[in-house]
Amino acid sequence: MTVVIHKGRVIDPGRINGPADVLIQDGKIAQVGKGLAVPPGATALDATGKWVLPGFVDLHVHLREPGFEYKETIQTGTAAAVAGGFTSVCCMPNTSPVNDNQSVTEFILDKARAAGLAHVFPIGAITKGSEGKELAEFGELKDAGCVAVSDDGKPVMNGMVMRRALEYARAFNLTVVDHCECLHLSEGGGMHEGLVATELGLSGVPAAAEDVMVARNLALAELTGGRLHLAHLSTAGSVRMVREAKARGIKVTAEACPHHFLLTDEAVREFNTNAKMNPPLRSRKDVDAIKAGLKDGTIDAIATDHAPHADFEKLREFDYAPFGIVGLETAWGLALTLVDEGVLSVEQVVALLTVQPARTFGLAKGTLAVGADADVTIVDPDAQWVVEPEQFRSKGRNTPFAGWKLKGRVTTTIVGGRVVYP
Amino acid sequence: MSLKRKDLLGIQDLTVEEIQLVLETAESFKEVTGREIKKVPTLRGKTVVNLFFEPSTRTRTSFELAAKRLSADVINFAASASSVVKGETLLDTARNIEAMQADFIILRHPAAGAPNILARLLRASVINAGDGGHEHPTQALLDLYTLQEKKRAFKGLRLAIVGDIAHSRVARSNIYALVKMGAEVRVAGPPTMMPQEIERLGVTLFHNLDEALRGVDVIMMLRLQLERQGIALFPSIREYSRLYCLTPERMKLATPDVLVMHPGPINRGVEIAPEVADSVSSVILDQVTNGVAVRMAVLYLLSGAK
Repeated sequence: MTVVIHKGRVIDPGRINGPADVLIQDGKIAQVGKGLAVPPGATALDATGKWVLPGFVDLHVHLREPGFEYKETIQTGTAAAVAGGFTSVCCMPNTSPVNDNQSVTEFILDKARAAGLAHVFPIGAITKGSEGKELAEFGELKDAGCVAVSDDGKPVMNGMVMRRALEYARAFNLTVVDHCECLHLSEGGGMHEGLVATELGLSGVPAAAEDVMVARNLALAELTGGRLHLAHLSTAGSVRMVREAKARGIKVTAEACPHHFLLTDEAVREFNTNAKMNPPLRSRKDVDAIKAGLKDGTIDAIATDHAPHADFEKLREFDYAPFGIVGLETAWGLALTLVDEGVLSVEQVVALLTVQPARTFGLAKGTLAVGADADVTIVDPDAQWVVEPEQFRSKGRNTPFAGWKLKGRVTTTIVGGRVVYP
Repeated sequence: MSLKRKDLLGIQDLTVEEIQLVLETAESFKEVTGREIKKVPTLRGKTVVNLFFEPSTRTRTSFELAAKRLSADVINFAASASSVVKGETLLDTARNIEAMQADFIILRHPAAGAPNILARLLRASVINAGDGGHEHPTQALLDLYTLQEKKRAFKGLRLAIVGDIAHSRVARSNIYALVKMGAEVRVAGPPTMMPQEIERLGVTLFHNLDEALRGVDVIMMLRLQLERQGIALFPSIREYSRLYCLTPERMKLATPDVLVMHPGPINRGVEIAPEVADSVSSVILDQVTNGVAVRMAVLYLLSGAK
């Protein structure tokens, strides 16, 4: 099957940013250039006024299957992904059972193939059952298709276990992803420890709960030479330490989520459980630091931490509601606000969603280079739209962005040369 | 006269005028509670449900008496004896109660913000009878009423609130109320019991109790939640008591006609010396008496809103 996307502006960071056509043949990018002829029998997609981008890559999603299919399935999760322009998603292992072995990994990949929407790259567990004690079999996980390891949702509290994970992962060139949270410091807390928590009488999670683990992980990355990736940075301290570590040559990468650069703990007022996530929404100072980190390259990727929950789970006491929000279908519009704000260039935003996350886990994705898989996202940068959770493809409706007016909408998503959205 | 709102969730969102309206209304209900026949027909035919997810004697009884003196029908619903132990959610429990045509749900709950959720989703009036570390608005209102009775003006009144401010809903509601009414509020306790940025609520922070008490007109002692021990907010009850117990000697630092308040139940000899709790300065039992009148006022003023 041959597709030509013509009359659009192609933005492939570091390669091209301007008017060009894209020719797709046999599921691969065949040619990118001006005034390409439409071969006979080819499907022509008119991208006038639109941007043609490499398909987005999300390093951090929760697809919930196996085990929590009432929250999301691989089918609905990847439908949400392509609706949001994501052609590749990396799914966290905190399913039931935990993805700490080949059969769970294969199950996920089978389901993803059957869904036939976005590419799914499983992340295996660092420890068996993500219990933080014994290492999972990284060799088997890698062979089965895992692209990184993480006990996400849970930090690896034991420093020795983390050291061994970073060391052992080197044999497989696997990145170790940590959710940085000192459980002693965060115990009982559901939101950022600051004025709003004081006013609401909610127990807080101090920024230090993240900072101390970031500091430990950086020290261990330096000790072991292992590849460390820090999930969802939320504090000014984390950004500062990662910046300094990168300057010293430590092998570390980091991601940030749209909610952490757009919202503060003020969003929790009225006990809004859709503003409850882990790490929590923090202060203005932290938000500014995340933006600065995105701007200067300290943060490598924008990830969503897409975490769907059923309505009834969020419709309850703040303390008892689960952490997490959905993000796949809003990320692009939210990320673009940083361009309007003058924080990032368009090319930087695209890079943070494509080539940079792909490089972080060593995925051959996020580019429109000739010969690459034809994963393409076409967006209308001027389309205004309102976030309406009831329209989501995800089963999750849990977003603090309901009612937000956004500019920039995904119009077409192509995976492996096939239009999968709309 | 009525409060133009369906629910009473906290003091933070009340105006000074609304607070004054409650206090004035409570005045006339206090007269009722002093009569031989302590009952008026104001809420006849209305149903009040006490929905308590935490043990409470004082507050529940006070609300029950208030509702009964207004001739409402009262149901007490204690969480341990209910379907809650079978895993029913708060919202489902409340919807069931509402389906029985309850007009008021008085909620005591260990989670901050629980009443806010119910108020958003139910037609019935929701009254917060204490939610986690958030608010206990009727306690603050009865404290204000008691202060007004004894001291008249709030403006210029100097108060110290002593104890675990971080985990106290009584402290929060009183801080919101007293700052709104123009009083000068001090908070005192060890740094481990002070929440982040507490001074931004308009209070002055002290870690030394003697300094905090110097020249104050009112001392509000908070109950030391012994059941909270284990999180180690302080090394021992002995040390806490030595540093923060209100003793007769410390009373001398305050003004001569100082009032001592406590939301109860008191830990004698821990945060308050027995001779202080029983002294002429203590208005602890007046607080309890006034609680009924204030809660009658709240029920009455909210019923008018519908």
